[in-house]
Amino acid sequence: MNAMPMNDEHKRRRARNIALAVVLFALVVLFYSITIVRMGGGAH
Amino acid sequence: MSDASFIGQVNEAGNAGLDAAYDKTGEARPADYFALLKPRVMSLVVFTGLVGMVLAPGTLHPVLAITALLCIAIGAGASGAINMWYDADIDAVMTRTQGRPIPQGRISRDEALGFGCVLSVGSVLVMGLAVNWVAAAILALTIGFYVFIYTMWLKRRTPQNIVIGGAAGAFPPMIGWAAVTGDLSLLPMLLFAIIFMWTPPHFWALALYRSDDYARAGVPMLPVVAGDRETRRQILLYSLLLVPITLSPWILGLAGPLYGSATAVLGAIFLGLAVRIWRGTGDRAAKHMFAYSILYLFLLFALLLAERGLGWGA
Repeated sequence: MNAMPMNDEHKRRRARNIALAVVLFALVVLFYSITIVRMGGGAH
Repeated sequence: MSDASFIGQVNEAGNAGLDAAYDKTGEARPADYFALLKPRVMSLVVFTGLVGMVLAPGTLHPVLAITALLCIAIGAGASGAINMWYDADIDAVMTRTQGRPIPQGRISRDEALGFGCVLSVGSVLVMGLAVNWVAAAILALTIGFYVFIYTMWLKRRTPQNIVIGGAAGAFPPMIGWAAVTGDLSLLPMLLFAIIFMWTPPHFWALALYRSDDYARAGVPMLPVVAGDRETRRQILLYSLLLVPITLSPWILGLAGPLYGSATAVLGAIFLGLAVRIWRGTGDRAAKHMFAYSILYLFLLFALLLAERGLGWGA
């Protein structure tokens, strides 16, 4: 069965969702890295 | 017509356009949210913040240095988004800003405000928790200064708007410095003074050839209120004050001979352009000054960076 073609609004929503997922993933990596550095006492 | 009623009519026209544009909200792409952060302004802010960080004595773990720069970038961008929320009515009537996401109707004003507030609070909190609270406090001051002092208080009231408001753009080297040291000293304050004194000739050069746009939007930029002649005189006066300040890090032994000699040449060119503006009447010299002023500030900070990288700094 063929998937229903996406209209412009769906494409824009999909792009926003992907961007949000990338930002959230980047924040997880950033906060994890900060925690490791701070807990390791290597701030300076 | 009084200024107040003129600005009132401008705002009504801008708001009517915005109401019609709201029908298109929901069409935003990720690039529209990025545009709310004023990426071109952000790039200069990040660069000057980086220079403050590199010049500061001491070291900062690379992860925390990247975090600090990210917080400076996001904080500056967030204040840009709140500025676009507040100024959406005048953005809609100015040629230079009509293409922004809110006047185009791709993002609503409320959405821009929420976006800006969340990013502002988030950037300050992360800076405080991950780096230090002195840098976080200066970042919060920067955002607050740009939003409350410049955008809401000064911009529509006085031709001194960009003179005082320029402080907001001058804080990033201090934030970068404080991120490393946890305090401030003379050099970051001189870097602040350089950007602060650079801002009026930079923006007034733009305002000289965009004065119709500012007049239509009811923004009392100096050429609109005091005329071209006075603006040209003020550009020269501020340039005469700026050049000695740019040389002060070298004179005080805080920068090396590369910075001192190159800054003298770059400053002479800056003064030459200011004199051309003062003597002329057309837009050509003002356009040259606006373009050169961006290169000038970039080169001054790049020289400090290069000296530190080469180990030639004082």
